[in-house]
Amino acid sequence: MTHVLDPDALPDDARALMAPLPPYDDVTRSDSAFRTFLHGLPGVDQVGAEARVAQLGTRSIKTTAKAWAIDTAISMVDLTTLEGADTPGKVRSLAAKARRPDPGDPACPHVAAVCVYGDLAGVAREALGDSGIHVAAVATAFPSGRASRAVKIADVQDAVANGADEIDMVIDRGAFLSGRYLDVFEEIVAVKEACGPAHLKVILETGELVTLDNVRRASWIAMLAGGDFIKTSTGKVSPAATLPVSLVMLEAVRDFRAATGRQIGFKPAGGIRTTKDAVKHLVLINETVGADWLDPDWFRFGASSLLNDLLLQRQKLRTGHYSGPDYVTVD
Amino acid sequence: MSVFEYAPAPESRSIVDIQPSYGLFIDGEFVDGTGEAFKSVNPATEEVLTEVSAGSEADVDRAVTAARRAFTRVWGPMRPADRGKYLFRIARLLQERAREFAVLESLDNGKPIRESRDVDVPLAAAHFFYYAGWADKLDHAGLGTSPRPLGVAGQVIPWNFPLLMLAWKVAPALAAGNTVVLKPAETTPLSALLFAEVCQQADLPPGVVNIVTGAGETGRAVVEHRDVDKVAFTGSTEVGKSIARAVAGTHKSLTLELGGKAANIVFDDAPIDQAVEGIVQGIFFNQGHVCCAGSRLLVQESIHDEVIASLQRRIGTLRVGDPLDKNTDIGAINSAEQLARIKELSDYGETEGATRWQPACDLPDRGYWFPPTIFTDVSPAHRIAREEVFGPVLSVLTFRTPDEAVAKANNSTYGLSAGIWSEKGSRILKVANQLRAGVVWANTFNKFDPTSPFGGYKQSGYGREGGRHGLTAYLKGADRP
Amino acid sequence: MNDRLAVRKTYKLYVNGAFPRSESGRTYEVTDVKGHFLANAAWASRKDARDAVVAARGAFAKWSGATAYNRGQVLYRVAEVMEGRHVQFCAEVAAVEGLSASKARAAVDAAIDRWVWYAGWTDKLAAVLGGANPVAGPYFDFSIPEPTGVVAVLAPQQSSLLGLVSVLAPVLAGGNTAVVVTSKERPIPAVTLAEVLATSDVPGGVVNVLTGDAEELGTWLAEHADVDGIDLTGAPAGRAMEFEREAAGTVKRVVRPPATEPDWTADPGLSRMTPFLETKTVWHPIGV
Repeated sequence: MTHVLDPDALPDDARALMAPLPPYDDVTRSDSAFRTFLHGLPGVDQVGAEARVAQLGTRSIKTTAKAWAIDTAISMVDLTTLEGADTPGKVRSLAAKARRPDPGDPACPHVAAVCVYGDLAGVAREALGDSGIHVAAVATAFPSGRASRAVKIADVQDAVANGADEIDMVIDRGAFLSGRYLDVFEEIVAVKEACGPAHLKVILETGELVTLDNVRRASWIAMLAGGDFIKTSTGKVSPAATLPVSLVMLEAVRDFRAATGRQIGFKPAGGIRTTKDAVKHLVLINETVGADWLDPDWFRFGASSLLNDLLLQRQKLRTGHYSGPDYVTVD
Repeated sequence: MSVFEYAPAPESRSIVDIQPSYGLFIDGEFVDGTGEAFKSVNPATEEVLTEVSAGSEADVDRAVTAARRAFTRVWGPMRPADRGKYLFRIARLLQERAREFAVLESLDNGKPIRESRDVDVPLAAAHFFYYAGWADKLDHAGLGTSPRPLGVAGQVIPWNFPLLMLAWKVAPALAAGNTVVLKPAETTPLSALLFAEVCQQADLPPGVVNIVTGAGETGRAVVEHRDVDKVAFTGSTEVGKSIARAVAGTHKSLTLELGGKAANIVFDDAPIDQAVEGIVQGIFFNQGHVCCAGSRLLVQESIHDEVIASLQRRIGTLRVGDPLDKNTDIGAINSAEQLARIKELSDYGETEGATRWQPACDLPDRGYWFPPTIFTDVSPAHRIAREEVFGPVLSVLTFRTPDEAVAKANNSTYGLSAGIWSEKGSRILKVANQLRAGVVWANTFNKFDPTSPFGGYKQSGYGREGGRHGLTAYLKGADRP
Repeated sequence: MNDRLAVRKTYKLYVNGAFPRSESGRTYEVTDVKGHFLANAAWASRKDARDAVVAARGAFAKWSGATAYNRGQVLYRVAEVMEGRHVQFCAEVAAVEGLSASKARAAVDAAIDRWVWYAGWTDKLAAVLGGANPVAGPYFDFSIPEPTGVVAVLAPQQSSLLGLVSVLAPVLAGGNTAVVVTSKERPIPAVTLAEVLATSDVPGGVVNVLTGDAEELGTWLAEHADVDGIDLTGAPAGRAMEFEREAAGTVKRVVRPPATEPDWTADPGLSRMTPFLETKTVWHPIGV
């Protein structure tokens, strides 16, 4: 019998622990196998991807469609504060806004989640109570991710212990860009395990990956490693969530479900500030992956100022006249 | 789970003011034609938009006489820089009235407003802007020393891009110092008549541009008029041949932009998502009423099923309907006659054993409509693999090796355009080199630009439109025998 | 004096690198301008024309695919080999055209120099006729000239060598292959040129030389669906229009005949190359 020796193959027991879903359960057997798999994914032509989103950007969403889109977008917001200056007071105020985004209109839907640093997850959890709004915490030495594996895992465990039911981790871009894909993969597997019941969103920080080919490969690493969502950015690096990046990531979740049967969520974050941006994303979802993803369980906007613009547009539609910044709350 | 239904987003048609009837534009004025008037119909609703004069032989003669006079007395002797300035004016006027042109074009032609607004009209303006700059630089065009205009150009254009084809014809002709008699297509005369108004607003000297509407007989009169020095035609290969016969033995020079049956070749290393977009753009742009449409998909056998599945999913998202709705992707078929031809060839495809696939899509009750269609199991011998359908109908064939792809792509009497999808640079260049086609789009499709020469090999015609090459069709100089 | 009896040559066609007789078995008598017998030339038939087109098509891929540098060297080689037969060409041109020795020499000199002129063009055409197109978008877009394909050349009836070279060399320089119908009454220098082509580095089939009647062969070539272009310069008066009409049936590129045979010594410029050159435009996105 002939064996093809794979010099960097993992021991069988290690493989079994972290095997991705079929039919991809074999692709992480070694660094070289994983690299071959990732580089065998279809390439992305940047100009073509940009042309596609530009064309979708001309979709004209009016009247009833716009009203639906705005309410849907509000219900998909991960209302976020990730500042060094964050305090329990700030988080409580954000939680209040999350529950009643428009105090003047009880029909306005609440947002999907509040997203904070892990040490404030408990404050958020308490303030949100039984509202059904999730508590998302960033972890794994967010935003740079430059810490040892043990510190990252501890960061995650701490956030979960504080009451976070969603963890937004960052991948190791240094490892990715130096071609150590299996390291990136293993770390996500480890973080997922540390999450326990909490949902895991994997931030690719696409602005640092630069090319759309890299975005596609990183998306697949995150999905194969068990991430529940893939997320564009931390918001700390520019460019963040661009439409071409979102297109490529949506194609990834679409293709992954087609191959494995498992649906992965998508969260663009950073740079989405206006209703127009949000509607363009909803159109992109609608025409790339379809209605299955048009749900807060499968799609989120990571944003802070977006919510107020959605509310202003919502008021305009409701009253027929333009509103102003004094008619929405300051967070 | 929720459904994101786009509410209707119709572009207002109040911006256009269609008169109940139109005359011919001869010598700077609208005049009554002596032929029988015909109706121009909105193909999306079958509503009669207006009545248009059919130019008779006598009308064409008047137009050619006006063009000759303008050539001899005004446009020929004019300082080239001033000719250029008139063209710049026209370019600007087209931009200023862009919305009006876009709406009118969609009403008369049936094409989606998204395309008339984002493609046809801006490109038409760009063409005038580009050739305007050539008017006083002809000595530097590398076309021999002191090239001279040919005289009066008779131009006959098709219905698929009415204003854009007008721009492709008129702009280089005028820049080179010729005057023109243009016959728009019978089913889409309105944007050309609005262009006549633009000529008036630009104070273009009378007779430089003459527009004679009508059907085939009017076109024949233009082509066969003795005092026409140059004939330029875009349309079917069949009519192109008859025009070539008609000008045989005369002094007239001729350029022809005819039919096509472009191969769009997808290799297994293609950027699949963009390739699928390119296939869609290649065959469904403008309802497939495109001479350079990528109507033959040649897909590598190993990825056939994957590509077809993706393609079907993508076609399922195409929005077919009201051309004036800003979200419409596929509008109306231009005429009942064209619809009948598309139906006939599609039905024949099934008869020959190909498999038809169409998405579920609701078509309006009135008007001329045909859903986006894919045929798989097509063999190179089938009519739908050889004949130009000129509609939203894609024939899918497979290949195994690059040599086979090239052989199948070139196995056509046409040679207008082709597409290549691959991430491997050297393969793209090799295949592009081997394809016998005038335009090769690699990792893109159906892109046009005034600086970029366009035209066919083989029975797709001769001569080029666009770029420096486009000037050669309208100049005589040392480099023409 | 020398009383040796000369060995005469049988004049044949030149098709696919070989020298066959006409398949029809026909010949016709060729005389000098004073009516003295010179030779019995092969009288090419429609089937010879058909075979010549097949040969030209077969040779097209290799000739058009050769590097421009290589084609230039091959055409220059033709001039070199012609130079070695200078005396023979002078005698033949003088005989068939009735020229004085000095005028015949001038015609042969000009014919050889014309090959040199076109040899130098092969690798300049792309620069002069092609280029990059600055499109308004993220695309690299360039245009290049490419040969049309198989070109039928009805060579001039008067100028048996200089005229012939002046219509043939430009077709080859662009990368086309050719089926040439020679001057009917003055075919001798063309046959000698064929021998030159056969012994220089021009691949077989690139040039096919048919002696005979352009009036008869013109129709077959104009109608032939596998001929891509036709130069009607040597078409008999009154037939050119008909040939052009026939050529329209397959959208051939056509060069119309001049009203009278031109002065072949004039600088031809690009005018005889561009009619049989296509322009190919290639687009590719510019992205990372």
